[in-house]
Amino acid sequence: MKRKPKLAVWKFASCDGCQLSLLACEDELLAVAGQIDIAYFPEASRATVKGKYDLSLVEGSITTPHDVERIQGIRRVSKHLVTIGACATAGGIQALRNFKDVGEFTRIVYARPEYISTLDKSAPISEHVKVDFELHGCPINKHQLLEVISAFMSARKPNIPSHSVCVECKLKGTVCVMAAHGAPCLGPVTRAGCGAICPKFLRGCYGCFGPMETPNTESLSTQWKVLGATDAEIQRTYRGFNACAEAFKKEGLRYDDKETD
Amino acid sequence: MPDILESKNLQQLIEVLSADGYRVVAPTVRDNAIIYDEIATVADLPKGWTDKQDGGNYRLEKRKDDAFFGYNVGPHSWKKFLHPPVTRLFRAKLEGNGFQVVPEVEETPDFAFFGVRSCELHAIAIHDRVLIDEQFVDPVYQARREKIFTVAVNCGQAGGTCFCVSMNTGPKASFGYDIVLTEVLDGERHYFTVETGSEKGAEVMSKIPLRKAEAEESETAEKIVAETVLQMGRYLDTTGIRDLLIRNYDHPRWDEVASRCLTCANCTMVCPTCFCSTVEDVTDLKGHAAERWRKWDSCFTLDFSYIHGGNVRSSAKSRYRQWMTHKLSAWIDQFETSGCVGCGRCITWCPTGIDITEEVRAIRETEVSD
Repeated sequence: MKRKPKLAVWKFASCDGCQLSLLACEDELLAVAGQIDIAYFPEASRATVKGKYDLSLVEGSITTPHDVERIQGIRRVSKHLVTIGACATAGGIQALRNFKDVGEFTRIVYARPEYISTLDKSAPISEHVKVDFELHGCPINKHQLLEVISAFMSARKPNIPSHSVCVECKLKGTVCVMAAHGAPCLGPVTRAGCGAICPKFLRGCYGCFGPMETPNTESLSTQWKVLGATDAEIQRTYRGFNACAEAFKKEGLRYDDKETD
Repeated sequence: MPDILESKNLQQLIEVLSADGYRVVAPTVRDNAIIYDEIATVADLPKGWTDKQDGGNYRLEKRKDDAFFGYNVGPHSWKKFLHPPVTRLFRAKLEGNGFQVVPEVEETPDFAFFGVRSCELHAIAIHDRVLIDEQFVDPVYQARREKIFTVAVNCGQAGGTCFCVSMNTGPKASFGYDIVLTEVLDGERHYFTVETGSEKGAEVMSKIPLRKAEAEESETAEKIVAETVLQMGRYLDTTGIRDLLIRNYDHPRWDEVASRCLTCANCTMVCPTCFCSTVEDVTDLKGHAAERWRKWDSCFTLDFSYIHGGNVRSSAKSRYRQWMTHKLSAWIDQFETSGCVGCGRCITWCPTGIDITEEVRAIRETEVSD
């Protein structure tokens, strides 16, 4: 019988939510376990199998010198490395530190800041090692995760769109909250994948899946202002889970000199 | 002379269609918009509602009367029923060294479209041309299309982004219906003039309480539609438009519109004539079963124009230009008609309010002649 591929799940600076998406697969998790040898997944089991691993799923961002060494090691023992979630693909919410002085934070927060060994930036995995595929989202969508694993098993391209959330709204027949309610929505500049949940509940998109393939954030901000958003509100909107994803970072920085607080 | 259906008897038309086995789909209010969905009674219609539309802006408002059809087209179009947004084409099972295809057996629903506007009849006719009359027939569309019963409604008012008069597609329905209604609210009186367009339509009409119209009633209905012609919120000069856009392939306006275009694809999704789709193959974890799915796609996505080696329309400029020139110019070469029916959806539902009529005007007015 053919050897089952070995899967490893690794964690860096993150909330664990994306790994939980794998456990949340429930029924499908049994199917995954039937086809894949879950060799390293501390969140699920203390039993571990040594590498090499055929597929490594990496959650979290790189925030310490130790992380930098560890991800290099993981890359060496992984045939395929897929990053999952906003932390691993864009630095996560903790990348807000990238806009500030981390030394100052540690001096305020910790009694003995000299014990803290940290980098001044929270970085996506791809800034340190080669990544074979990035699955976006905060958290990732479990159906998309299963699609990526299935595609990997069949050595085919995963069906993971990089177009806007708007397409998902329209496929579902959801009424546009921006045109019909005047709600500021990041959907037009945000990558699809969540199933357009927020507009279904009459809320604007928060951009959890990061920038879509060709985001025109500047034009969207112009329209947000028409709808009454202030510069500070626009900046805060882009300073979310994907604050350091390139297009969102750039749009947020445009308001830096306009900051009032 | 048309027949008259009193507004209090409109429910009977729905009941007759339901009794004939149709699923009646009609305008109905949901999430602050008028969308198309299955209805059970006249109470599900947007009675007393109207819509205010402008670039990137749609608002529902209460009317001062009880009109059933006192609004224009919303974010949905009938294409969602005829050309479904997501549909499975077939399944496949692993068998030995090959695979066996399991064809999709779909119970095609019998829809009665209730409240179709003239511009929408034109849009359906365009889809017929593209998806049935060409060399390759789309069986999903065809199976659904053949069974439709169409109740059209002549527009009693035009919306802020309407320009059917420019496109010669309305506001009066001239073909493609089984029954057409014109709603009249005249003081205390509320009735519909009814005309048939097919034998199917005549049969349905024979089952509902009608009487012959008085000359004055018929004239009132005609006048309402004639006034709608004068209310168009937008105007598009189509003179020589095919050549205008071809000549202006490098016009600076394309850069200007690209700076506002979000490439979000909303315009193509709401367009009643955009028909492009993509096909995705999915496999299960074991690799024993596969499925092929078709989904609406858009010329605004990068994947749409991705070919071996890269994307042939990587800039927003090239994608907007592709969409607009196909719709208004190349479509004429391809299908001998414009791809635009003047419904205004692309204007209303563009998050930044890009206006196709304004873009044409800008190019026309600033064209640099040789």
